[in-house]
Amino acid sequence: MFSLLSFTPFQPTPGLAIWSLLIFLLFLLIMGKFAFKPIAEALSKREGDIQEAIDQAKKTREEMANMKAENEKLLNQAREERSKILQEAKEIKNQMITEAKEKAKEEATKIVTNAMNDIENQKKAAITEVKNELGAMAISIAEKVIRKELKGNAEQETYVNSLVKDLNLN
Amino acid sequence: MKYSLLLLVLSFSFYTSSMFGQSHSSHTTDSTMMTHQTNTASSGEHNVTEGHEMPADAHAKGAAAHDAHGAHAPFDPASTAIHHISDANVYTILDGIGFRIPLPTFLYAPEKGWDIFSSGKFHVGDHEDGHASYNGYVMHHGSVHRVVDQGFPMEGSVDIEGFTHKQEEKKGKKVDINYALYQGKEYRLDARSTLDGGILGGGITSFYDFSVSKNVLSMILVSLFLFWIFRKAAQAYKANPDKAPTGVQSFIEPMFTFIRDEVAIPFIGKEKYMKFLPLLMSIFFFVLGLNLFGQIPFLGGTNVTGNLTVTMIMALIVFFVVNVNGKKDYWQHIFWMPNVPVFVKPLLAAVEIMGLFIKPLTLMLRLAGNISAGHIAILSFIGLIFIFGNSGASLGGGAIGTAMAIPLTLFMMAIELIVAFVQAFVFTILTASYIGAAIEEHHHADHHAEGHH
Repeated sequence: MFSLLSFTPFQPTPGLAIWSLLIFLLFLLIMGKFAFKPIAEALSKREGDIQEAIDQAKKTREEMANMKAENEKLLNQAREERSKILQEAKEIKNQMITEAKEKAKEEATKIVTNAMNDIENQKKAAITEVKNELGAMAISIAEKVIRKELKGNAEQETYVNSLVKDLNLN
Repeated sequence: MKYSLLLLVLSFSFYTSSMFGQSHSSHTTDSTMMTHQTNTASSGEHNVTEGHEMPADAHAKGAAAHDAHGAHAPFDPASTAIHHISDANVYTILDGIGFRIPLPTFLYAPEKGWDIFSSGKFHVGDHEDGHASYNGYVMHHGSVHRVVDQGFPMEGSVDIEGFTHKQEEKKGKKVDINYALYQGKEYRLDARSTLDGGILGGGITSFYDFSVSKNVLSMILVSLFLFWIFRKAAQAYKANPDKAPTGVQSFIEPMFTFIRDEVAIPFIGKEKYMKFLPLLMSIFFFVLGLNLFGQIPFLGGTNVTGNLTVTMIMALIVFFVVNVNGKKDYWQHIFWMPNVPVFVKPLLAAVEIMGLFIKPLTLMLRLAGNISAGHIAILSFIGLIFIFGNSGASLGGGAIGTAMAIPLTLFMMAIELIVAFVQAFVFTILTASYIGAAIEEHHHADHHAEGHH
């Protein structure tokens, strides 16, 4: 009944050959010119645009990152400056305090020394005065003693004692 | 879900009955799928419905001939499948209800000249058999045949009663020869000329068929449809160059960029691919469109890309493009392969020259074979219904056959959907690789130079 020899779809026929050649070439020509070329161009243009946009975004992001880094740097610098200033201020403060303390100490020492000197002087003056007073007293006593010498020893003794008693060494 | 399944089964049975045009008469003795006297048996019936006058003796003869074949002629799945995947001079959409589009028929017989008319003149009936002749031409199983025996009216239209066939020895091979029955006599028919020189059972006969056949019409329709879609997309790209693709663009764009990025650029190179992109795209979308078009039920199931003539033309175009663009390196590699011992060079040249022709030959055969095979597989699974149903005699068997045929056919159609894409892709990628090999320059020279060091 059927044999592979009459497999009609595989028998090349001139009519179909001419028609398919004509149709395919027309298809190729028309589609190539009006569909495939414009679509391919539009696609590559769009892809280019997209790539450009992505690159732009990347660049912007990089710039932003750079700016951020710079800001960070500036901030750090400022921070450092601040801490430096603070440090300096602290140092100055400490120095000032130390200096003030020292000065005060010096002043105090000076005052104390002055006071001591004054005291010493006063003491010396007082002692001198006491000495002078004592001398005068001794002289007056001696005068009195000498005046009373003539009246006996006993009386003399009593008198000296009473004088000594009277001698108040304030 | 339940309803969709029911709908599926209904549409499927409708599809099969319309494709095979048989089940409607399965319980009458007229049921003859593949008896070669189909029209003889059923022509009486058709004469009533179509209003033809038919001599009573012709009907009687037809009935007698039919009786000789028995009440139920066996269903022949192979012939049915071949008939359905062959090109035709009429576009049958639903055989069962007789919805046929007549096509322009351009016939040329060297002894007679041109005959141009509509294939509607054949009064095409069931199984695409014509009930009338026109200028000595008749239609049998969808294709035009020419009456070669004397005594047949070679001018005008006459009613014919049917067809029969006999086997003949021709160059040691058995060949089916068809005969038309007219006024009780058999008249030998010639099939159209084919270019295979008898290797595939054809050969030059008494006439050539340059008609706008079913395949030609399908190609035109698919081309127009593709042009419409792509033109729309191209305009959308032009109108909104900076917008995301919408509508038809998003349908086309993935395939388009796939072919461009995975086929054209890797094989041909970034500098030269634009020159060949239209060809590659045309091949891909033309083949894909026709592959898919042939898979749509109720649209005739045209087998264009499964037809060797069509794939032959495409392979020839590829062959032409490849060799016209072949550079010095390409021809050098074919005729005088560099960097091999001299005694190997002629050997390689012989192999390469064979390869030159084998490449397009495989392109042609692969596509036609794959698509035809898919159509045959689907038709065979549907044929199960008639095999199990004992050609319409057994309703229960038919039901079992249907139950088997539905999942198998669904499976096959799913496979064919993949095959449609894969074969279009394979044809395109091979074309790209052949072009890429032909236009390649310098690369080999560098490579060999490095090899010497």
